[in-house]
Amino acid sequence: MSPVLEVDGLEVAFGDVPVVRGLSYELRAGEVLGIVGESGAGKSVAAAAVLGLLPPEAKVSGSVRLHGRELIGAPERELARIRGRTVSMVFQDPQSALTPVYRVGDQIAEAVRAHQRVTKEQAAVKAVDLLDLVGIPDPARRALAFPHEFSGGMRQRALIAMAIANDPDVIICDEPTTALDVTVQAQVLEVLRKAQCRTGAAIVLITHDLGVVAGFADRVLVMYAGRPVETGDVDDVYYRTRMPYTSGLLGSVPRVDGGGRRPLVPIEGGPPEPGRPAPGCPFAPRCPMREEACDDREPPLFEVGAGHRAACIRWADVRRADGGEQARAPREPVTRGPRTVLEVQGLVKRYPLMRGAMFRRRAGTVHAVAGISFDIREGETLGLVGESGSGKTTALTQILELAEPEEGRIVVLGCDTARLTAGQRAAVRRDMQVVFQDPAASLDPRMTVYDILAEPLRAHRAGAPGRRVAELLALVGLDTAHAARYPRELSGGQCQRVAIARALALEPRLLVLDEPVSALDMSIRAGVLNLLGALKDRLGLSYLFVAHDLAVVRYLADRVAVMQLGRIAEIGRAEAVYATPAHPYTQALLSAIPLPDPVRERSRERILLDGEPPSPADPPSGCRFRTRCPTFRGVLTAEERSLCVDAEPEVRPLGEDQAAACHYAEKLAVV
Amino acid sequence: MTLSEEEVAGDLEPAEPAPPSRGRVLAGRFLASRQGRAGVGVLALMFVLAFAGPLFAPWSHTDKDFAAFLEPPSGRHWFGTLQTGADVYALTLRGLQRSLIVGLLAALVSTALAALAGAFAGYFGGWTDRVLTWITDLLLALPAFLILAIMSPLFGSGQWPLFVLMLALFLWMVTAKITRGMTISLRQREFVRAARYLGVPPVKIIFSHVLPNLSSLLIVDATVNVSAAILAETSLSYFGFGIQPPDVSLGTLIADGSRTAIYAPWTFWFAAGLLVVTVLAVNVAGDALRDAFDPGAKGGR
Ligand code: SF4
Ligand code: SF4
Repeated sequence: MSPVLEVDGLEVAFGDVPVVRGLSYELRAGEVLGIVGESGAGKSVAAAAVLGLLPPEAKVSGSVRLHGRELIGAPERELARIRGRTVSMVFQDPQSALTPVYRVGDQIAEAVRAHQRVTKEQAAVKAVDLLDLVGIPDPARRALAFPHEFSGGMRQRALIAMAIANDPDVIICDEPTTALDVTVQAQVLEVLRKAQCRTGAAIVLITHDLGVVAGFADRVLVMYAGRPVETGDVDDVYYRTRMPYTSGLLGSVPRVDGGGRRPLVPIEGGPPEPGRPAPGCPFAPRCPMREEACDDREPPLFEVGAGHRAACIRWADVRRADGGEQARAPREPVTRGPRTVLEVQGLVKRYPLMRGAMFRRRAGTVHAVAGISFDIREGETLGLVGESGSGKTTALTQILELAEPEEGRIVVLGCDTARLTAGQRAAVRRDMQVVFQDPAASLDPRMTVYDILAEPLRAHRAGAPGRRVAELLALVGLDTAHAARYPRELSGGQCQRVAIARALALEPRLLVLDEPVSALDMSIRAGVLNLLGALKDRLGLSYLFVAHDLAVVRYLADRVAVMQLGRIAEIGRAEAVYATPAHPYTQALLSAIPLPDPVRERSRERILLDGEPPSPADPPSGCRFRTRCPTFRGVLTAEERSLCVDAEPEVRPLGEDQAAACHYAEKLAVV
Repeated sequence: MTLSEEEVAGDLEPAEPAPPSRGRVLAGRFLASRQGRAGVGVLALMFVLAFAGPLFAPWSHTDKDFAAFLEPPSGRHWFGTLQTGADVYALTLRGLQRSLIVGLLAALVSTALAALAGAFAGYFGGWTDRVLTWITDLLLALPAFLILAIMSPLFGSGQWPLFVLMLALFLWMVTAKITRGMTISLRQREFVRAARYLGVPPVKIIFSHVLPNLSSLLIVDATVNVSAAILAETSLSYFGFGIQPPDVSLGTLIADGSRTAIYAPWTFWFAAGLLVVTVLAVNVAGDALRDAFDPGAKGGR
């Protein structure tokens, strides 16, 4: 069978900065190729180049053949005929890919009519069919909605519907699920799979997530610094890695499976900046296996197995850099420390929901946090996990603001926030510090690193900052020379280290981590996570670690609390919750996380959630999860269900330090 | 564990870094730029000329030489004379003195007012915001020119500081409104929240985070205001409401000189030239200062 799409020696440069170099791949009908790389690896540019979507100042050379026809240099009219019909694209951000002022159905119909000679009515009917196919409930009515009335997941489905409207031969998906929650990601990937079955199209899946590729792709191509560095069958690349970068990536991603916390093996340094041509292997500055010969010339792609190629001169020696077997010693017995640093009891926070542009009136109430309780003992890390809309950010803000709660109690380091004197407030501010998600945003761009680190010391009059700043920089693994830099002169990982150093300046007892690694490139995450782990052990800190990613949380947390729609669904010791989650939501969440392990990933049974998360302004009666609960739908009898509908389940204990808010909680291993 | 380096690094005796705090870095970056040096140099030169120049001249700005009416520049009258026999050199330098002070001071005062009012209103919100916004709107609604004209008898000899103040009072409102809007959005930014959670007092946050991040706007505003203040003073003086004779400013000189500019260019061009050079120097220095504040601008490390 001849390939549908052949890319050969594709080169893209902006000005004289090469962004993609020597990219070649072939795609056969029905095949899924995963292109993996970090930001700046050139993967999205390469995809845009295939469709001729780059701005005119980009210099593209090489060859892209679709069914044997050359696309590079083809006239725009011909490309326009191909786009959307033979090749279509699904973007990361469905918000900007849909026109806000047209109805979703009309936009899909428009895509149909662009390439097929059908009447308006026929196209509209086809649009509804397509929406049905991608699993949008009540498609006829939804087709009349505007994009902003759709949730993120639904928009992405609508985009997939548009992409398959003309039975394309190739679908290029550029980070199709990156902006989505994991449970929604699982649904969208399922839709994509279904769409592929229906159309028999080949798919190019571009992503940074090794887990997504493992379960979905047949072949993988790993890109680094604009070049393909390893390509082959999924199993070959994952299990018989022949390139230190790939093996480094696999060793540095936190995973939800596996016994206990494996130590992560970070890749040193950061990805190179484009346009700085060094003669040797681009990965050499970060490569643990580098030798003299590596700097001589850029290694070509060596044939290292059947259809498996790697760009490394020492490919024969590469092993997976995975600390797998020598797992960290099992954690200390299950006794919790005696002293409590943070206690939250029955916390409630509501927001008024306003409607109307001219006359604003209260249209309802958002129950962002509806009565949650947890505590953190000294030296403990609690992971607070939830998807968007779960209320975790609201809860966090309430704690950080030291606000007097609407209902319930927040006790930080022994002080009730409802009865804080000015002195106590200052003391609490000193002992509780925070690290934000986006390091670039949380550091004042106009301040030098020195001023940033000196600020808390000055604010609390903690003496001359000079020495302490040097200590702090050393503590987080930075150089004293960094003190004179501005944040934008540092890499993302370095910025986050500065933010951590600032948080540690006053020797706090409790550190609040708000998604501390989710804005970082994956090869850098491991380093920051390791740093946080080591600091905790060394300084005896307690962490409140807020994240949406269960895998990241698992690496650091002693205990986890899973939030869903403003309530805690499950809370308990990390080992117990991950091994045998009891709440149906936790089970679904864990099973939705893709593992970077192709064989396990293919054999896994996913617990897919149906439908869309309900709005926190209008939560269902009884159990807040019941509209999406697989147990409620599939397992329970009508009688049993009435309990879920009528009574909101309380968090109740199930064995040693594990508790779930479900009437029918049952422990189940899902990963 | 892979942290051995970090652990080890933490135990080393760290060398004390020279505190490269913002003030020093700023001054360094400002003076490192050719623009900055040129702008400040020219401005300094103007000041020297304006204040030291008259010391070397044989005439003062009130003297009249009845032997020379409307003479071109010569050894006796370096810049020539007016119809009244007044020495243009002495007059121009005196006018430069006034204009420099009026322009720079009015610009500084008005920008400072705008920055403070806007930032406090935006950062604190609530009543502070309401009161400040009310004052801003009130001043915007007042007819500035009319009020200055009515008050002009008060600006008699020696009362120019009052004039500067009044001029500044009518220049700050629009910038204050922009500043307020930008402060509201800055307030939500993570680094401001981070400072708040660190326990930095609010007024300190305004001075160390909010205002520096608005510095581009404020500096551009201040440089524009220098020209605006000089021009406002000029037009007021033209109608006789600004600087009152026998005092002169570049404005009054240009207004007077424009009538004789065609056949006696020296009565106009020296004053106009100095005005242009001054405004240019202020703008160049302002650009350099803005770049020094902005870590992303070229000329950074
Ligand atoms: S060629 Fe050398 S530096 Fe490059 S990946 Fe292989 S061993 Fe590392
Ligand atoms: S209480 Fe009922 S609806 Fe809620 S999670 Fe448990 S089984 Fe599902």
